[in-house]
Amino acid sequence: MNAIEIHDLNVWFGSGPDRANAVRDVSFDVADGESFGLVGESGSGKSTILRTIAGLVPTWSGQMTVAGEQLGRRRSKAFYSKVQMVFQDPYASLHPRQTVDRVLSEAMHLHNVPDIDTRIVSLLDDVGLGSGFRFRYPHQLSGGQRQRVAIARALACDPSILLLDEPTSALDVSVQAEILNLLVDLRREHKLTYIMVSHDLGVVGHLCERIGVMKDGRFVEVLAVEEMRRLEAKSPYTRHLLESSINSIH
Amino acid sequence: MSTSQGLRDWLLSEEPTSRRQARFAAWYKGWLTLRSNTLAMLGLFVLAFLVLAAIFAPLLASHDPFAQELGQRLLAPGEDGHLFGTDSLGRDIYSRLLYGARISIYIVLLVVMVAPVVGLIVGTVAGYAGGWVDVLLMRVTDIFLAFPRLILALAFVAALGAGIENAVLAISLTAWPPYARIARAETLTIRNTDFIHGIKLQGAGPVRIVTRHIWPLCISSLVIRVTLDMAGIILTAAGLGFLGLGAQPPSPEWGAMISEGRKYILDYWWVATIPGIAIFAISLAFNLLGDGLRDVLDPKEDNA
Amino acid sequence: MTDAPLLDVENLWVRFRTRSGVFDAVRGISFTLGKERLGIVGESGSGKSMTGRAVLRLIRPPGMIEADRLDMHGEDILTAPEKRMRKLRGGRVSMIMQDPKFSLNPVMTVGQQMVEALRAHERVSRSEARARALAMLDEVAIRDPERVFTLYPHEVSGGMGQRIMIAMMLLPNPEILIADEPTSALDVSVQLQVLDIIDKLVRDRGMGLMFISHDLNLVAKFCDRIVIMYAGRIVETCKADELRNAQHPYTLGLLNSVPDLEHPREKLEVLKRDPAWREAPSVSARQ
Ligand SMILES: Nc1ncnc2c1ncn2[C@@H]1O[C@H](COP(=O)(O)OP(=O)(O)OP(=O)(O)O)[C@@H](O)[C@H]1O
Ligand SMILES: Nc1ncnc2c1ncn2[C@@H]1O[C@H](COP(=O)(O)OP(=O)(O)OP(=O)(O)O)[C@@H](O)[C@H]1O
Ligand SMILES: [Mg+2]
Ligand SMILES: [Mg+2]
Repeated sequence: MNAIEIHDLNVWFGSGPDRANAVRDVSFDVADGESFGLVGESGSGKSTILRTIAGLVPTWSGQMTVAGEQLGRRRSKAFYSKVQMVFQDPYASLHPRQTVDRVLSEAMHLHNVPDIDTRIVSLLDDVGLGSGFRFRYPHQLSGGQRQRVAIARALACDPSILLLDEPTSALDVSVQAEILNLLVDLRREHKLTYIMVSHDLGVVGHLCERIGVMKDGRFVEVLAVEEMRRLEAKSPYTRHLLESSINSIH
Repeated sequence: MSTSQGLRDWLLSEEPTSRRQARFAAWYKGWLTLRSNTLAMLGLFVLAFLVLAAIFAPLLASHDPFAQELGQRLLAPGEDGHLFGTDSLGRDIYSRLLYGARISIYIVLLVVMVAPVVGLIVGTVAGYAGGWVDVLLMRVTDIFLAFPRLILALAFVAALGAGIENAVLAISLTAWPPYARIARAETLTIRNTDFIHGIKLQGAGPVRIVTRHIWPLCISSLVIRVTLDMAGIILTAAGLGFLGLGAQPPSPEWGAMISEGRKYILDYWWVATIPGIAIFAISLAFNLLGDGLRDVLDPKEDNA
Repeated sequence: MTDAPLLDVENLWVRFRTRSGVFDAVRGISFTLGKERLGIVGESGSGKSMTGRAVLRLIRPPGMIEADRLDMHGEDILTAPEKRMRKLRGGRVSMIMQDPKFSLNPVMTVGQQMVEALRAHERVSRSEARARALAMLDEVAIRDPERVFTLYPHEVSGGMGQRIMIAMMLLPNPEILIADEPTSALDVSVQLQVLDIIDKLVRDRGMGLMFISHDLNLVAKFCDRIVIMYAGRIVETCKADELRNAQHPYTLGLLNSVPDLEHPREKLEVLKRDPAWREAPSVSARQ
């Protein structure tokens, strides 16, 4: 069974002479329980793919089947209880005037989750925050803590698929390690399917089994993590990316 | 002492343990910020004083504000037990001022209930919906903005008839467009943020997003703006009163009082000056309070 | 170095008066910046950004700056009037802020903002400003600068936002550049490209660079000298090529928590903090 099947996806912004094609003819599948990484040039359309799946971009063509549901222009409520997204910037992804409690309880209320109070406590435990953080406002939280709240919000309705848009790029390395460990654990416990965007090959390599490499709106290559570690890339761009990544460490 | 200390700690706790505590704590911290601004506290104090004066006007007034006594015309302040003197019909200015405060507060409340609310709805709907809804609503707003406020209010009053309610209605109808502008600008910056996307992904509809997530963020800048504008609104009401199109005689509206007093301004300065000082005080108080509220409500403070 | 350093900082404190007492974000650090690349590393909240902002006197109340010495090019900027500081900021000293989307005006196009920013500091015509802005966008490896010029900040990708910020700050040819996590949202190849441009400027124009980052490996590769901060103090300072010999357990912890493509691990190491690190006196990074 495939959790996600994308076929010939095209996404554009603007119309007429201003039209910019952000994603062109992209096709890929993600199996149930798999973790798929998206890497590539900045501005190549990685976030756009995730946002299109999530229904935040209306201008697309092609076929998308997610969790057995063929996607149209509008997403059903059932869709949002199966698919959730975590955004790149933890400082922008929480409402500045709402406590953690309000954020989580509204999400649960919208998904008709019963027994909200106990669920919030267990959810905060799941993401390693503890109930001491329940009634804090975002400005009382650090970047890493905010990102945990955003992950908790995404998990509120027990989704099966998580779309992760650079969940750690705004965080420092020690917090990044905590969040990555958390994502690994959550995936094991909740049997989640991930699509994760990152520009850091080390991060993608740590969390994902297969990786799609993008450049200029297209997939140049899809390869397994082992192939990547052995530097067995076919396309010159992937090779260039791998080399730069290794260069920047040594 | 120890209980108040305990209450303080409870309010300032970094780790609130209930929804109620979190909410009270947020208010209390806002209050502490406001309190540290001396000028804003002065403004608040003056306004509280005026409200109390209006409420207890019957107790505080030394005379009947409508009672004419032609034998006591144009007495200077302090003469014959008239604290601020009397006007051309021998009415006690101090008592009229007290009752006039009621009218001013009534005007303020009515305008506050209409103008910012209309502005908020129009602005956020236009900003969030975008497209032709936005264009249409904003053109209407522009049309209203293109007229000078007093002139437009005059036109409304002329059409609706003179009187305090109509004056307020006219002021409200002319006061909302700037609020719509502000609310729209705020909405434009908010609607593309990730936290709005985040709630959309929970399946929330546009009505919920606008009312629950966008309004709370617009309201603070509107509240600041309204307090700062309040002075202008009171002045417009006074202006209409002065022109004889607002409150009608013998009602002790401050603008109308100035208008009556202007004939005697050279010989009997207090008749026009004392209501003028009252208008000045209430306007200044609102401005000071508005400045202080900006410190409390400006969301940028949270992001340092 | 014989002439005065670009920046000379001695015993710098940044304090915040909060309701629960005074919080020291930066606690008595000293460093100099010459025509070199100085890396400032540390975990989140260690005071890196506050150090950068303090140099530009960009700390908003209730924050306060104290220092025994805060000289720029021999000029005391601790007591300089605000008018003088405004002239310096964005002219001789530029700062690339940490959060690009937050620092860009959401209701103005990228192009308008760049042109405005340049014209605020130099008397140039609109068309010349536009040409220079476009050229700079091209230099930071943005494809199709003409299109990006007309976009609003929410319409550009995360990495593009960061490069726009960099381009904007490099436009007025500053002498000192403070770059606060300038490349955290960029993929490695673009990152190298952007760092190359900055590098070229440092070398050709003799610019001084303060490079703030939490990525030790990156800083070690790119900078000449490294300062490692913890809880508002400098715990260690070294030449970039001697990082391998770093001693402090905190530095080692930072190095080890990075996931490495070639050496996968089941679980990443998480930093365990020792309260004694806080109390150790600050190391001076003056030269
Ligand atoms: N709302 C929009 N309007 C116009 N163009 C857009 C919009 N959103 C994205 N784009 C364009 O689509 C392209 C792809 O953007 P996207 O955000 O998907 O990049 P990305 O691969 O995530 O890059 P990064 O790694 O830098 O985040 C960019 O050229 C961007 O300018
Ligand atoms: N307005 C403020 N009031 C009180 N404390 C503040 C304020 N602004 C910042 N701080 C504190 O100052 C400390 C240093 O912050 P700074 O932004 O310099 O950290 P940083 O090292 O840049 O971290 P990051 O990697 O997350 O950007 C933090 O602990 C922060 O909580
Ligand atoms: Mg992106
Ligand atoms: Mg910082």
